[in-house]
Amino acid sequence: MSDLTGPAPVPALGGAAFDGYVRIAEAPQGAMFTLRGDLSSAALKTAATKLAAVDMPEQGRVALNGERALAWMSPDELLLLAPWAEHASVVAQLDAALDDPALNWVDVSQARARFAISGPDGLVREVAAKLAPVDFSPSAFTPGSFRRSRIGQVAGAFWCPGPGRIEVVCFRSVAEYVFTLLRDAARPGSEVRLYA
Amino acid sequence: MLLLDCPCCGVRGEETEFHCGGEAHITREGPASDDAAFEHYMFERVNPRGVHFERWRHVAGCGKWFHAARDTVTLEIWGTYPAQTTRPPEEVLETIRAARPGFKWRDIA
Repeated sequence: MSDLTGPAPVPALGGAAFDGYVRIAEAPQGAMFTLRGDLSSAALKTAATKLAAVDMPEQGRVALNGERALAWMSPDELLLLAPWAEHASVVAQLDAALDDPALNWVDVSQARARFAISGPDGLVREVAAKLAPVDFSPSAFTPGSFRRSRIGQVAGAFWCPGPGRIEVVCFRSVAEYVFTLLRDAARPGSEVRLYA
Repeated sequence: MLLLDCPCCGVRGEETEFHCGGEAHITREGPASDDAAFEHYMFERVNPRGVHFERWRHVAGCGKWFHAARDTVTLEIWGTYPAQTTRPPEEVLETIRAARPGFKWRDIA
């Protein structure tokens, strides 16, 4: 269990960043958990909403609270985000709260990479729209929207914490590929002004 | 390009987000079945020009399987519906009957 005894984990690309016509930045290492089970079950709902200190997100939405977030991933899956400093305490609380074998959780903190696209709202949406077959228009992808899709050739998810910012999560093994795609999409001179 | 509405997560996605799982509503014959029935289940698939019922999976999204009724020529989608059924819902069939009068797909018409 080197992840418990070894040095603190680092983000996949060491916090890489690129300033193009929007800024692409890898997020610092956070804690991330996948929760699976019946989303109407009180035990799962209570544990998830308590740990993120938010209300239960609706279908296709994410409930945000600073560095904490709870996202609706599928009809039986939630994604819980927390600061790394709370990792051990969240693990302990999930372990204690989800003792029903039909409710599962797994620590995916070190299995994922996270990026933030920030800048002028229209351009941020445009960079995301270059890479995924998703409607990122301000009327469709509103703050609090959460959308799983593909980024180029790999699976990923997008959410919108507020105007001028879109966050991306993907598997850590493809972090470099996704960062390269985002960097290329944000290259100065490649503005499309789709949502300008 | 197909635009599919995933009935599991409510997302309207484009076909590269999905993966087709072949013909829908196949009765899976078990060891107790006779050879003809098993052969029919194992090998015989329709490849219609027109109305078709298929299984699809929202691979890059919620990961769930569902059914889609579509036209293989015009790429129209008549409807998507949950995987937990052995027959298309009546409202999807009504839509198809209105657009393609007299259509027949296996024993569904």
